[in-house]
Amino acid sequence: MAQWIDIGSEADLQADSGVCALVETTQVAIFYMPKDNKVYAINNYDPFSKAYVLSRGLIGDLEGKIMVASPIYKQHFNLETGQCFEDDTVRVDCYGVRIENGRVEVSLTE
Amino acid sequence: MNNKQTLVVIGNGMVGQHFLTGLMTSSLRKTYEVVTFCEENRVAYDRVHLTEFFSGKTAEDLSLVEGDFFEENGITIHIGDKAKTIDRARKLVTSEKGVTIAYDKIILATGSYPFVPPIPGHQREQCLVYRTIEDLETITKIAKKSKVGAVVGGGLLGLEAAKALKDLGLKTHIVQFAPRLMAVQVDEGGGTMLEKKIEDLGISVHTSKNTTKIVNGKSCFHKMNFADGGELETDIILFSAGIRPRDNLASASGLALGARGGIQIDNQCRTSDPDIFAIGECAIWQGQIFGLVAPGYAMARTVVNVLEGGDAEFTGADMSTKLKLMGVDVASIGDAHAHTKDALIYTYQNGADEVYKRLVVSSDKKQLLGAVLVGDASGYGTLLQYCLNEIELPEHPDSLILPSRSDESVGLGVDALPDSAQICSCHDVSKGQICSAVESGCMTLGALKDETKAATGCGGCSALLKSVLDSELEKAGIEVNTDICEHFAHTRQDLYNLVMVEEIKTFDELLENHGQGRGCEVCRQAVGSILASYWNEYVLEKNHLSLQDTNDTFLANMQKDGTYSVVPRMTGGEVSPDGLIAVGQIAKKYKLYTKITGGQRVDLFGARVDQLPPIWKELIDAGFESGHAYGKSLRTVKSCVGSTWCRFGVDDSVGLAVELENRYKGLRAPHKIKFAVSGCTRECAEAQGKDIGIIATESGWNLYVCGNGGMKPRHGDLFATDLDKETLIKYIDRVLIFYVRTADRLQRTSVWMENMEGGLDYLKSVVIDDKLNISASLETQMQHVVDSYQCEWKTTLESEEKLKRFRHFVNSDKTDENIVFVEERGQIRPADEEEREHFKLVEVA
Ligand code: SRM
Ligand SMILES: Cc1cc2nc3c(=O)[nH]c(=O)nc-3n(C[C@H](O)[C@H](O)[C@H](O)COP(=O)(O)OP(=O)(O)OC[C@H]3O[C@@H](n4cnc5c(N)ncnc54)[C@H](O)[C@@H]3O)c2cc1C
Ligand code: SF4
Ligand code: FES
Repeated sequence: MAQWIDIGSEADLQADSGVCALVETTQVAIFYMPKDNKVYAINNYDPFSKAYVLSRGLIGDLEGKIMVASPIYKQHFNLETGQCFEDDTVRVDCYGVRIENGRVEVSLTE
Repeated sequence: MNNKQTLVVIGNGMVGQHFLTGLMTSSLRKTYEVVTFCEENRVAYDRVHLTEFFSGKTAEDLSLVEGDFFEENGITIHIGDKAKTIDRARKLVTSEKGVTIAYDKIILATGSYPFVPPIPGHQREQCLVYRTIEDLETITKIAKKSKVGAVVGGGLLGLEAAKALKDLGLKTHIVQFAPRLMAVQVDEGGGTMLEKKIEDLGISVHTSKNTTKIVNGKSCFHKMNFADGGELETDIILFSAGIRPRDNLASASGLALGARGGIQIDNQCRTSDPDIFAIGECAIWQGQIFGLVAPGYAMARTVVNVLEGGDAEFTGADMSTKLKLMGVDVASIGDAHAHTKDALIYTYQNGADEVYKRLVVSSDKKQLLGAVLVGDASGYGTLLQYCLNEIELPEHPDSLILPSRSDESVGLGVDALPDSAQICSCHDVSKGQICSAVESGCMTLGALKDETKAATGCGGCSALLKSVLDSELEKAGIEVNTDICEHFAHTRQDLYNLVMVEEIKTFDELLENHGQGRGCEVCRQAVGSILASYWNEYVLEKNHLSLQDTNDTFLANMQKDGTYSVVPRMTGGEVSPDGLIAVGQIAKKYKLYTKITGGQRVDLFGARVDQLPPIWKELIDAGFESGHAYGKSLRTVKSCVGSTWCRFGVDDSVGLAVELENRYKGLRAPHKIKFAVSGCTRECAEAQGKDIGIIATESGWNLYVCGNGGMKPRHGDLFATDLDKETLIKYIDRVLIFYVRTADRLQRTSVWMENMEGGLDYLKSVVIDDKLNISASLETQMQHVVDSYQCEWKTTLESEEKLKRFRHFVNSDKTDENIVFVEERGQIRPADEEEREHFKLVEVA
């Protein structure tokens, strides 16, 4: 059922870092880890600062889980689940994302 | 009239003030109307650290009185007035200036005066003593026109005075009557070793010298004649031959004195008149006077308790001391001279390293009675605790002074100390009190000091305090873990060394060889900073990009709404009218909020990420460069207008500030670095609050280091004086690279200094004396950074590839519609949440 939307080429992504894509009306933060051959997509909205900035955070892992650190107040979000590390009650939306033949595709419903 | 009793404190020295502070925090606060006489022209100051006056501490720095202490507590203080008589029959105190007070209780805290042996000629001009700030001012003045100085007396104070004369640039002699230095504290072996070490410092030591008279000299102002026929020419004579209690007021009012002076007191510190107490150096207890501050403080606490109706007693005090003079450690503990019957003695003497240690042990080898340490006093804290707490010695007591060549640790773990063990004798803080302070949340040395006052007196106990803290934290399961994060089991300093030694150029390489996992924002940024300060490559290089915080990635500071601020460099705070106009026009064009920062430049706020490149293009075209406001790097070099315009300026502070800012701009460091340069001592640039502060003098530049504004302000330490520019820059190069190499992540120079073992003296020995033999490498590294400087914005604008990042969306030219501004005082500001809802459709930018 998933509907995949092309947002650009692999070259538009930033290795070990993030970019933001506009998918329909949703701001999607896309992170790329070429060494692990992984891409992740979450909502760009940082619920703590209420600004659209998560794509500009630093990524890495914490306790073995892949995460992004918000660039504003530094909370961490799990890139696989959207769960905030510091606050159990906070989660950001996660989306499907894949690289097919050098193209990056996002699915808001996946 | 109220019904309060009147309590008069005579003398506002260290002990008098300690008494007042104690009184005001006790239940007696409301019982007494307090009046105090202060003979000196200033209120109590820290005599223990008096010598620091020569290294730039001011009278205010040394003051022991906080804020409006006297006013707040309703204490009447007569400054510059001396109590002259005590009429015990009518219970009146009268002062030299004619003030008369009817008293109920008197506390005598008149201290002592330096003993000047009645050698013929001792009253000549330029025969001085060393006790008050005035004395030091006189010494400084006379030293200016002198070449040679002699200190009479080779005790603790004599050595300190000699060091001061040496630092004032005089050829210095110590003339000691006794056969060795510090005769009271150390034995012969220790004295000989000490003498050698002091001579190594360039101070001549003359022991067993009895001065018979002082007459006019030929090449110098004085000539000292000795009983053995020898003579010595000198311009200054500083007497430091012991102290005598100031007991004349007590004696004139008929109070009992000791056989050789001193106001006699009992265990409650009462004199022979039950309404009069004596505390500090003026008092004699069981035939003993105490020339150290800690016993005086203990007496002060005793009297407060006694007045409260308590049963505290003063029962003597430990006179152990530790001293460090220009890197020479000397310590003496307890019965150093082995006066105890049948005491056993162990000595260790190492001529090569000039170390001497002696232990005095009870005949059953179970108790430590005393010790002497010269050349290496690192064992002082441990030995003192063995001695004071009567802790049973290890089977072979000499293991405590023999160098440990195996892994076996012989130190006494602080765990072995009972809770009652006194850690800080100046402020009587026990191990128990420290442990409970740690438990209630004091996790750092600074917090502990604030909370318990431990280590804020003579400072002798700081190493021990730190061990207690570390051990408590460890016990509480709070890791004293210094690993930078879960990805590297290393400190920042370790990582720095790995990068240097293995010539590592990328984060991935370091992670692969020395870390685990994928990294996080902590290690990425720290390594990013290390690589940048060592290699100084362009920070947005592909390999480094993922290491930068968002501020560095976008070369701008992210604000609360996701927009950025733009700060062009204005070296030294200097900007031309054309520059200002250009900045104004650009701000107007992009509708940015403008503000003058606290760092003397203009900040432009409210730029969307996609606007950053065009804004910077225009700024660069107008001649500006990146201001690195986003980096952990050199921020600003603040300047005052200096001699070019200011009628007081003695040198061109703006010129130097501009030159320094241009030299160090772009240097990446563990934290941001700020400089300032002032044109004269009025210090309009506030240089003493900066990491590096420079103040012009008549004969060069004074350099201050490790100051800080911000959260925990710290005055910079005077590092070197009257430098020419070349030396100044050399020293700054070295200090900064040494900081870059050795500080923790996000550690400002102030905290770095506070945590540095050996402190300022150590830093001086590394930077000025090149003790570690690294100055050449420090300078080379700095020169590399200077030579490879680039304006990161300029480089970024030249690369299409890099500019791709400065779009909000990779797949659309739209901008972030959630960024909304409203107007305030004629400029924009981010809308708050409510306004954002309202104005959703009103696009301002
Ligand atoms: C813009 C400015 C305030 C202003 O409008 O005047 C400012 C703004 C910020 N300061 Fe500051 N500081 C500014 C001058 C100062 C000064 C004054 C000075 O430099 O003379 C101080 C005290 C001096 C000092 O640092 O010793 C100062 C002490 C701090 C501190 C506390 C540092 C400390 O060691 O205690 C922080 C927090 C930190 O760095 O961890 C801080 C942090 C910040 C941050 C980075 C806070 C943040 O994370 O957002 C602000 C972002 C700057 C931006 O977005 O551009 N700012 N800040 C000033 C920029 C100066 C410049 O031209 O670069
Ligand atoms: C250079 C130096 C270094 C030292 N280093 C150390 C050290 O490392 N460790 C240590 O423990 N100790 C050290 N000391 C000793 C320490 O400073 C003294 O033990 C301490 O100051 C004693 O305090 P006090 O209040 O008894 O005397 P003081 O601090 O001398 O105070 C007495 C005050 O009373 C005033 N006074 C006297 N008579 C009258 C009067 N009639 N009316 C009004 N006021 C009067 C005096 O002017 C003086 O201000 C050092 C001393 C000096 C000079
Ligand atoms: S510090 Fe001195 S030279 Fe500079 S502006 Fe102030 S008074 Fe003038
Ligand atoms: S013993 Fe002097 S400060 Fe603690």
